[in-house]
Amino acid sequence: MKSDRGDIELAGVCKSFDGVTNVVDGVNLRIDDGAYCCFIGPSGCGKTTILRMIAGHEDPTAGEIVIGGQNVVGLAPVQRRTAMMFQSYALFPHLTVRENIAFALRVRGQSKADRLRAADAMIEKVRLTQFADRLPAQLSGGQQQRVALARAAITEPRVLLLDEPLSALDEQLRVQMRQELRRMQQELGITFIHVTHTQLEAIALADLVVVMEQGKIKQAGAARDVYAHPHDRYVAEFMGGQNVLSGRVEKVNGASFTLGVPSGIEVPLQARPTVNVGDQVDIAVRRDDVALVRPGRDLPPGYTTSLPSRVLAIEYQGYFVKVMLDTVPDDEFVAYVPEKTFFADPFTVGDVVMATWATGSALPLA
Amino acid sequence: MSAVLADMPKTGTSKTVVPASTKAIAPSKGGRPWTFYVLATLFAAYVIALYGPMFCIYILSFQDIRGGLVFPMKGQSLHWFVDLFTQVRTGDVKGSFDRSIKLAVIVTIITVVVSFLAGLGFRKRFRGDTFVFYVMIGSLVAPGLVLGLGTGLLFQALGLNASWYTSALGAQLSWTLPFGVLVMFAVMSRFNHAWEEAAYDLGASRWQSIRLVMIPVLAPGLVAVALFGFTLSYDEFARSLQTAGSLNTLPLEIWSMTLNVTSPSLYALGTVTTIVSFIVIGASLGTIVLIQKKRGSQAKG
Repeated sequence: MKSDRGDIELAGVCKSFDGVTNVVDGVNLRIDDGAYCCFIGPSGCGKTTILRMIAGHEDPTAGEIVIGGQNVVGLAPVQRRTAMMFQSYALFPHLTVRENIAFALRVRGQSKADRLRAADAMIEKVRLTQFADRLPAQLSGGQQQRVALARAAITEPRVLLLDEPLSALDEQLRVQMRQELRRMQQELGITFIHVTHTQLEAIALADLVVVMEQGKIKQAGAARDVYAHPHDRYVAEFMGGQNVLSGRVEKVNGASFTLGVPSGIEVPLQARPTVNVGDQVDIAVRRDDVALVRPGRDLPPGYTTSLPSRVLAIEYQGYFVKVMLDTVPDDEFVAYVPEKTFFADPFTVGDVVMATWATGSALPLA
Repeated sequence: MSAVLADMPKTGTSKTVVPASTKAIAPSKGGRPWTFYVLATLFAAYVIALYGPMFCIYILSFQDIRGGLVFPMKGQSLHWFVDLFTQVRTGDVKGSFDRSIKLAVIVTIITVVVSFLAGLGFRKRFRGDTFVFYVMIGSLVAPGLVLGLGTGLLFQALGLNASWYTSALGAQLSWTLPFGVLVMFAVMSRFNHAWEEAAYDLGASRWQSIRLVMIPVLAPGLVAVALFGFTLSYDEFARSLQTAGSLNTLPLEIWSMTLNVTSPSLYALGTVTTIVSFIVIGASLGTIVLIQKKRGSQAKG
């Protein structure tokens, strides 16, 4: 009994190529049917290996991969009803766009007329009709990507797996094709799993962002959860947009605690269960929550923490200005100041300022 | 090409582009450095040294009945070509030519098939692959004459009759196979294995992915392997000498003719075999061009 659902469950999935180290190390994850899921992590973190195991190009060393309620370990990609879009697309160089797209139907033994008709319908869907008779080498990167997408989609998969699909494109096209991927996903109504190492790509596209490190999932959740509420230092630093500070707990007072180093930062407890005096704790403060005030001026209301800092560097970013500070000794500390605010009273490198934020902005990390 | 041009954005400013600007792009004629002329002279000398001796043979083969083995030319005719194929005293040219072509075809087929399979086999590393590789390449280093001698002796020891289609075939394969495999490795190194995975992903069986993806993509390379196999076999002398048995292949026949034929028909034979070689090379290159053309024309929008 085959199911059309494309929900995926990974249960204790491990993969080792050499029998010693696990490239993927006990991954558990549920991906809903029709979700857009992004795996993100540095190269070598095992994200592509997970993708290839779901696709059926690698077998897990241990664990189960369940698609639509059926354990698919050991099945061929076609039996799993998954399709993969390869990094740099792997279009067949000797076949035209139409023949590339019709390939899956050809190996199924469909008649030439039938398969070319189906391919033409798919070509229209990805808006490549005028390029149908071209070879892959005669197409631009964006067009090649659409061919790859169409070639995978014609098999009517319930899960589409994309291995760094945008890495071969230049910046402008990447943003454009990102939208196109999302549009195709909604049009096809199937599960997309997308591997990337670009944070922006992941949070722009995904319903479910999975952050990985060394074969393990560090955090999985909605894009906004992962970005705004990172579990730990790794996720906070990897997703970016956060300042991570480290210090010893000086005082625990009910719903908040005070961090000693560098000096008296009050942090609400939030989700963190227990904090004891003397613990070494990491906290995160969003870079755009940090305000910069000249020494001696009043802090904005509710802004309790203020740390004296020197401006190390300034980068103009358009709608905001990136100000790098020496607030904490060992870690990078950055404030994203809105352009208009910054230029109302601009700082220069070497200025001493107070980096300040509202108490609620500090987030304790695991 | 027109399809490419159609891709370019149409701009209203195209009228304002003046053709004068092409002057700067074209290389100026007087601007070649002196090293160009030195290297060009060197290359010309090389070409003359390479082809000059052969052209002496070709020219001298077109003498008339008074012709001798050295310059100057005595008359012009096709007499010695007729002589070559009609006179028995010049040797069994037709028969040996026949055998050589047949042998070359058999060698070619075996070389292409085995090299392709070896290419498939070496896609992934396996235990002892380096050893297998060196054993294979080793026979390239072995002196051909010695190898041929050994093969002949082995056949004798086993009580088998040496002949061009058994012992000579084997001796030639010891030469063409490693060559074919080396060429195949070079060809395979440009084969993207993601194509194979993509085919598997799209539901192709192993056989389908070989037939529909690998062979068509590798076709020009396979033609190159075939060309290697054919030419190496067609003019192989050292390995055939002790292994061809009682019936000669063409190179052996030519060699024996140099010992007892003292007429320009020997040169005529040289001319004929060269023409055959050029036909074979032309056909191979033509096939490669045709494959590429076919892909190009399919792709015409």
